[in-house]
Amino acid sequence: MAERLEVRKTYKLYMGGQFVRSESGRSYAAEGFNVPRASRKDLRDSVRAARAAFPGWSARTAMNRGQILYRIAEMLEGRRAQFLSLLGGGRPAGRQVDAAIATWVWYAGLTDKVAQLAGTVNPVAGPYFNFTIPEPTGVVGMVAPEEPPLLGLVARLAPALCGGNAVVALASEPLPLAALTLAEVLATGDLPPGVVNLLSGRRAELLPWLASHMDVNALDAGACTDPELAAVEEAAAGNLKRVVRQREVQPSPQAVTALMEFKTVWHPIGV
Amino acid sequence: MATAVTLAHLGSLMRGVRTVDQVGAEERAASLSKRSIKRSSKLWALDLAIRCMDLTTLEGADTPGKVAALCSKAIRPQPGDASIPSVAAVCLYPSLVAEATRHLRGSGVRVASVATAFPSGQSFLDVKVAEARQAVAAGADEVDMVIDRGAFLSGDYQKVYDEIGAVKEACEPAHLKVILETGELGTYDNVRRASILAMAAGADFIKTSTGKVQPAATLPVSLVMMESIRDFHHETGRLVGFKPAGGIRTSKVAIAYLVMLWETLGAEWMTPERFRLGASSLLNDVLMQISKERSGSYQSDDYFTKD
Repeated sequence: MAERLEVRKTYKLYMGGQFVRSESGRSYAAEGFNVPRASRKDLRDSVRAARAAFPGWSARTAMNRGQILYRIAEMLEGRRAQFLSLLGGGRPAGRQVDAAIATWVWYAGLTDKVAQLAGTVNPVAGPYFNFTIPEPTGVVGMVAPEEPPLLGLVARLAPALCGGNAVVALASEPLPLAALTLAEVLATGDLPPGVVNLLSGRRAELLPWLASHMDVNALDAGACTDPELAAVEEAAAGNLKRVVRQREVQPSPQAVTALMEFKTVWHPIGV
Repeated sequence: MATAVTLAHLGSLMRGVRTVDQVGAEERAASLSKRSIKRSSKLWALDLAIRCMDLTTLEGADTPGKVAALCSKAIRPQPGDASIPSVAAVCLYPSLVAEATRHLRGSGVRVASVATAFPSGQSFLDVKVAEARQAVAAGADEVDMVIDRGAFLSGDYQKVYDEIGAVKEACEPAHLKVILETGELGTYDNVRRASILAMAAGADFIKTSTGKVQPAATLPVSLVMMESIRDFHHETGRLVGFKPAGGIRTSKVAIAYLVMLWETLGAEWMTPERFRLGASSLLNDVLMQISKERSGSYQSDDYFTKD
């Protein structure tokens, strides 16, 4: 019988719901594969896609967002074996994939509870009904830690989506395959195109453009080194971006509200 | 004023119009649009794009308030930054010309009015002429007329020619831009024929589209029109302006038109007297690109005035 030819995968960027090569045509070697090396134009286009996707995604009901996050968990469960081999197999890889799936499920259940947990009715000395509710910040830039490549990204991505934000994320530079494969999970998980955009490439090249981009409203920079963080904070000051510095992220309501804005309403009563 | 021609003359004029090489025109347009214009050249081009812009609003929902806001933006596109020039003109419906004239007096920004039963052109000649005359009386410096595509497509070139001549006469001393509505003409040959016809009838500018029909302005159609202008100039010595309009929303596309203009017609046309860009949402993108070049960071819609 004839020898079967292997169909090898070309890893792609995930932008605006599409799997594309870098506009620059560049790639770099990581984990034995050539992966795309995103340019600042790819970053710009991703932010544009995220901005376009944001109104629709944030306007979905919290319950619908929860359904989609749960479906992402289902899709990830179905690809458990693929992720195990990508992450090197063995018990640590198993623990990482299981924790990533559990994270999606955990935040799927939280979407319609954030407003109750974080919202307040405030006592004020005047004829007003005064209340505070959390609202999504907008387009969130995100830096995934180098390790663990899957859980590190999911732990930051899931709370951002739970709150109704659109995301442009930079995958782990030395270990980008898990993130680029996660894009396939997101695409089949019914997430609207553009809500998550995943870029692989040189962090040093992309991060300054992400940090100074006027159309990015918040930046999860907890995975940055200290010198990087200082530069990010300076660049982010241009449009007063919310910068999140949390190093370790555990599933929690605080991880969601860290990327939300609080709106307080003074509603006149009795007049 | 356009000189009257006999049917025989018009026939020989139209028969003398060469056919257009469709594949060649499209390839040439595609290759010109790939040229990379960066940094100081880009800033120069963006500055020119603003100076050549006809800031347009042609909606049924236009109000005097919206016109006032548009006029302020036309005079000073970026509040607080005097280095950004004013646009060439605002372009609106005839009933709003008086309002715009009031706001733009002394600013150097001209008022352009569409006329002649815009956008279809399907009305009576005396109504069209009266509309153009009234628009000018109300203060329009420029009139954008539409040709009667129905007449053109049925081969009644004489009617189209006479109408342009009549409107030209009615709107003196205002400049006359003739809209061909290339999206309805069907072929490049027709576009070229209509361009020559309009120029022979006395157009000061020829304009691609109303913006109400898809496709609106495209690069290949613009190339065909620019080459018609060039050939007409060689034949008669008259310089006719060009205005692409409709669907030009990004700086990148605007710069592609400027590159094509430079390559086809040259420096004499790189001025608001001979080139206009008809657009409503292009200005914000140009301002954002200028900000990006100056500040070094990508810009957001949130920091620019909404129209």
